[in-house]
Amino acid sequence: MAYRDHIIQEGTESTETVMLYTLSTCIWCRKTKKLLTELGLGYSYIDVDLLDEDDQDEVMAEVEKHNPASSFPTLVVNEGEKVILGFEEGEIRDLT
Amino acid sequence: MDEKVVDTESIRKYYESLKVDNFSRGYYLNPDDEFTLDLVESLLVNEKRYGYPACPCRLAKGIREKDLDIICPCDFRDQDLTDYGTCYCALYVSKKIRNGEKGIGPIPDRRKDNGARSKMENEKCEKMKLNLPVLRCKVCGYLCAREEAPETCPICGADKDRFEQFI
Repeated sequence: MAYRDHIIQEGTESTETVMLYTLSTCIWCRKTKKLLTELGLGYSYIDVDLLDEDDQDEVMAEVEKHNPASSFPTLVVNEGEKVILGFEEGEIRDLT
Repeated sequence: MDEKVVDTESIRKYYESLKVDNFSRGYYLNPDDEFTLDLVESLLVNEKRYGYPACPCRLAKGIREKDLDIICPCDFRDQDLTDYGTCYCALYVSKKIRNGEKGIGPIPDRRKDNGARSKMENEKCEKMKLNLPVLRCKVCGYLCAREEAPETCPICGADKDRFEQFI
């Protein structure tokens, strides 16, 4: 799980863990990060496009478990208790 | 992105040319300038990174042949505009959305289930006997009957390798 070194923590982690899979070039991913910050929710993220091929494959296998379409952003709460696909503003706001 | 890989002037220029070119072809860019400029910047980042403007909202492989269908404008733009009023990343929008009569939200990525359908269509078409193959631009649907696809699609400007044999 070498890719784990590339995960970045934003804000303070709360009791719920929020893992966000993103692309550095994706504007919807950026909107999601911004909204989480605005809501004061701590989260971890990884920009998959910036990883090398091996790491990308590992991460995508993980993303696919939660989201077979492997689209971005994929937001995973508590290891899969809840999964939000895309910038679904209402669903993200409901996390607070 | 913390570091600017592409300068502001290049982003502005590319944005203006996309806007003008597409308007003349009946396509509209997202009217949210801030959003669209960010998207255009990402397209230029990908152009530098991969050598072609891969969709900013999809994971590119970095190998042109594998990413052909997601080079902007992607193979799925027109169908997504019809069904949802925006393309997947929302660079392109319908007239209604451009005029503010309809809002924009996230849409599903149709990339994964597209292969099966086009294969079926091709098999159906192979039954016809023609003097020349009919070639189709996967970006805009332009059809031409000739031995080889044109260098550049005369309708949408897509490169030769975006063509498929249709019949």
